[in-house]
Order: sequence, then C-alpha cells, then structure tokens
Amino acid sequence: MSAALIGLSGIERIFQLGDSEVHALRHLELRIDAGEYVAVMGPSGSGKSTLLNLLGLLDHPNTGTYRLEGRDVTTLSLDEQARVRSERIGFVFQSFHLVPRLTAAENIALPMTLAGIDPAQRAVRVTQALKDYGLSDRASHRPNELSGGQRQRVAIARATIMQPAMILADEPTGNLDRATGEDVMRLLEELNRHGVTLIVVTHDAVLGARARRQLLMEDGELRHDSARQASNA
Amino acid sequence: MFLVSWWFAFLFRIMRAPDLIRFARDAATGNPLRTSLLVLAMAIGVAAVVVLTALGDGARRYVVGEFSSLGTNLVIVLPGRSQTGGFNPGNAITSTPRDLTIDDAQALLRASAVHRLAPLAIGTSEISYGGRLREVMVAGTTADYTKVRNLKLAQGRFLGEGDWRRGAAEAVIGARVRDELFGAEAALGQLIRVGDRRFRVVGIMASTGQGLGMNTDELVIVPVALAQAMFNSNTLFRILVEANGREAIEAAKAQVTEIVKQRHEGEEDVTVITQDAVLATFDKLLGALTLAVAGIAAISLAVAGILVMNVMLVSVTQRTSEIGLLKALGATGATIRNAFLTEAAMLSLAGAVLGYLLGQAGAALIRQLYPVFPAYPPDWAVVAGLGTALLTGILFGVLPARQAARLDPVQALAKR
Repeated sequence: MSAALIGLSGIERIFQLGDSEVHALRHLELRIDAGEYVAVMGPSGSGKSTLLNLLGLLDHPNTGTYRLEGRDVTTLSLDEQARVRSERIGFVFQSFHLVPRLTAAENIALPMTLAGIDPAQRAVRVTQALKDYGLSDRASHRPNELSGGQRQRVAIARATIMQPAMILADEPTGNLDRATGEDVMRLLEELNRHGVTLIVVTHDAVLGARARRQLLMEDGELRHDSARQASNA
Repeated sequence: MFLVSWWFAFLFRIMRAPDLIRFARDAATGNPLRTSLLVLAMAIGVAAVVVLTALGDGARRYVVGEFSSLGTNLVIVLPGRSQTGGFNPGNAITSTPRDLTIDDAQALLRASAVHRLAPLAIGTSEISYGGRLREVMVAGTTADYTKVRNLKLAQGRFLGEGDWRRGAAEAVIGARVRDELFGAEAALGQLIRVGDRRFRVVGIMASTGQGLGMNTDELVIVPVALAQAMFNSNTLFRILVEANGREAIEAAKAQVTEIVKQRHEGEEDVTVITQDAVLATFDKLLGALTLAVAGIAAISLAVAGILVMNVMLVSVTQRTSEIGLLKALGATGATIRNAFLTEAAMLSLAGAVLGYLLGQAGAALIRQLYPVFPAYPPDWAVVAGLGTALLTGILFGVLPARQAARLDPVQALAKR
C-alpha cells in the first residue's frame, strides 16, 4: 500500500457568525494516499470548500491534526505553511485567479518568482510548461486576451510549475463550457496519471463520477466515502 | 524527496530583489491614473520645498551680496544708542539725544585706524530744470563718498575737496534723474534748482540698477553743509567710515566710539556698527526665513505621505483577491509586505525625482525672469526634501503593507 499523503484526524472547524456557531467541519477522519484521484462533492454550504482550504493550508482547524506527508502541519508557523504551499500544493480555482497585468508566461512563473528561483531556471521551466499545455503562442498574452480554456490551462500550468505533490482544484470547470471543461479535466487527469494527487471539489455529479474515489460532504460531515464502502463490501 | 524540497525551500525562499521591484513596478503601472496622481502629489511637495528654499536662500544671497557691494571695511556711525548693541531696524527711527555733526565726522579723521570717511545727510526735496519738476532724495556728503561706497561716475566729476562746512553749489545727479530731467540734452554744467537753491551739475553717477541700501539712480548729491542748510538741521544721518583694512575694523570701531564719546561729554550716544554685524544679522534673519518656508513646504510632503497611505490602502482593498492568490501560491506575509512597501517607495522616489526636476526648473525660471536674484536651492534643502519624501512615502506605506500581509487568504480569495 502506498504511503499516506494526507491524514486528517478529529478535525473540527467552527465559524463564529455573530453569536451563532457554524460547524463547517465535524469530526472529520480522512486518509488520502499519494497518487489518488478524489472528488469532493456535496451541496453548497456542506463544507467541501472549507475542507479544500484546510487541505491547502489556507485555513486552520479548531481542533484535530492534519498530517501532510507524515508531518503535522497544523503546528507550523505561517511562514512554514507558506513554504509548504509553495513546494507541495498547487491550486486551481473556478475563476482562474490569474494576475491581470501579468502575461501568461509571467503568471505561470509567479510561484517560482515568489519562491526566489533564479530567472534562467524559471525561463526554462516556463518554456517547457507553455509547450506542454499548448500555450507557446500565447506566452506574452495577458489573461484578458485569452479564452476561458486557455486561462484555466495557464492556471494549471502555474499550479504544477513547482512540481507539487497534490493539486487542489475548486470547481475547475465551473466557468467553462462543456467541451473546454472536458479538455481541462483531461489535463488534470493526465497529471494524476503521472503521480500527482488530484483532489477536485465539485457539485457536478458527472464530473465527480470520473474520479476513482468520491467523498460526499453534507453539513460539515463526511457522509459517504466510496473507498471505505468498497473496502467494507 | 520531501527533505530535498525542504532544503530547496530553505535555500530559495525569499523573492529576489529584481523580481520584487519588477512586480511592484508592474503593480504601480497597472493603474496609471492612481499612480500618476500619487507621483504628482509627491512631486508638488518636493518641488515646493526646492522652489521656496531657492527663493528664501536667493533672498539671503542677494542681500548679502548687496551689502558686500556697499563698500569694503565699512564702519557705520549712526546717531542714537541702540540697547542691543547689534543692528536692529529700530536704530533708523530712534530719537537723537545729541546731534551727530560735521565736526564729529571731521574729528574722526584723527583716528589712526580710519582710512577715510564720508558724512551723510539725507532728505527729500524738489528738483527742477527747465520747467520739469520732480521729488528726489537729496544726499549731502563729501568728496570721499564715492571711494567709501565704491561708486562710479558716468560723466564729469564728483564733489570737490574743500571745507566741509561750506561747499560749493555743485550737484552730482543720478542716472535716472538725469534721464527724466534732461532727456537727450547734455546735463553737465547746467544749473538746476533743488529746494530754494541753485546748483550746477558737475557729474552724473553711473547707473547701479536696483540695489539694496541706497540706489544712487534717483539721488541728487550735494555738499553736506548745503544739504544741512536746506533741511535746516545740524545732524547727520550716518557717518560712513572706511577702516584701514579688514583687521582694522574693530580698532576703528573702538576709536570712533571713543572719539564721539569724548566729544559728547562722555556720553556714548551713537551706535557704531560694522558691516559684518549687519551682514550677520541679515544672514541669520533670512536663513531663518528660508528654514521657515522649507518647513511650510514640508507640510505638503506630509500631506503627500498621507495620500500615499490612502492610495495604498485602497490598492490593498482592490487587490485583495490577488493578495489571497499570492498567499495560496506560497508567498509569505513578509513577501507581500515587501511588495507593497517597495511599491510605496518606488512611487515616492518617482515623485521625489520628478519634484526635484520641477523645482529646479522653477528656480531656473525665476533666475531667468529676475537675473539679479540668485534663486538656487541650498543643498541641504534638496537633500532634506528628497529624504523627507522617501521617508514619508515608506513610513506611510508600512500600515497598508502590513494590512496586506495580514489578510486571511481564504477570505481574500473568496472576494472577487
């Protein structure tokens, strides 16, 4: 059996809204192995986005531990968490989140720029990425000069440029038409085939069904885990 | 692999300075209106400092220069006692307890440190020639006046030597008086009427242009005794004493004071000032003025600093989702803070440089319009202006930068 990439135990996430408490996540126990392809599904407000933020170290549980690659990351300092995000995690967002004033190449290079990687190495890796994602002729275009599909490809190139262990995708096809969305999913699945752990949040059942493992969230609880069911059966 | 990546991160986790600068520059140029307004505000502040200090310091240099051209090694005796000992404008209107007379002036010639001197009596009178009439200032003095004051004649000669208490009915007129009274006619040798007396024009002063102290262009100079008779007064306005040399100034001052004291029954009822004291006073006064206008101009820099803060705060709000993204991509709080601080510093620097150029251009324009006025900004003001601009820009950039660095990435990303 492959090593556990992610191990969540006893995770609680409570938001304070006025004087009422909202349980975004309740007693969450979850293990995801390296190289898995997981879809997190559920209605809006079910806590699936909170789970994704938590996995991406953008949010912190109130209680419980999160072990990433065997290391407890909940106790890390903010700067250390930033470093983990930089090196191990790639994000793909529904609304692409490209920096409008930067070209496609500069957007792809951004994580390396932030990490202080030297320009020569950046140029090599960006050129390769542009080629891999069929964007070579779009390198100096700004996001507003790109189609939706191209934008998301730039975003995926950016998410993978640091060679992360996992990619967290939040409704990656939400702003795309079906054909373009299909292309984007194929790209992500191709990455997964090469060993990158892929976690996709979606409320699209068809999209979720493509994953090898489905997690269903409801009211902050994990209602259904296809892997657990399979092992139980 | 995990260890390798940690080692890798340890080695390269800070954004490189050129990247930081390029990122800040792109962020600044991404919003040209905001950026140009900010740069303009900063530029106006710095330009104000440069131009105003140029004016203030120009005034100081101008006055100092004019005083120096008044004459060299000058010791000035004026009637009345000044309590402060230094020069103060009140001296000009103090009542005279005892007249300062021509005899006093003549007695001063005995002093060993005195090279030469010229008594001066001043009043206004009417001058007329060929039916043309005008009001002029009349100065009564003696032959050495031009030498003491370093003045030049355009035509003819100055007042002749002779008995100070008598004097011939001769007058030397200023260039402007000549023009207005005689026009194209020859003035030398003509008879003019000053008050109720007639004088023959023996000389014309060279034009001095606008100057401090006394402008001889509109002056009519007559022998001191005749001037006193004309104004019906025995007292002198000033005695201008030229010491034997620079090092003799203090000795001359002491001797002059002593002689007048003896002549005035032991009472020290005159004020003796040296040119150096006058100069020092004006220098100090106008230096303080320059400092004051620099201070006022610096307020506009502080205002520009607050504007920097405001604009950067708005910028943080506008770029919230970008900040969230940068955090998701692995930027630390320090990186984001540095990015915003760099931007604020760059805007301030651009504004400061632009303002410096504008200010220098403004000072150059003033020099162009008023060539006699040396409107050069002093170095300290330029350095202080640029420094203050940068400092306020960065100082007021800290708060927005910290705010950006502290943003919660989840909320920042959720904001569209």
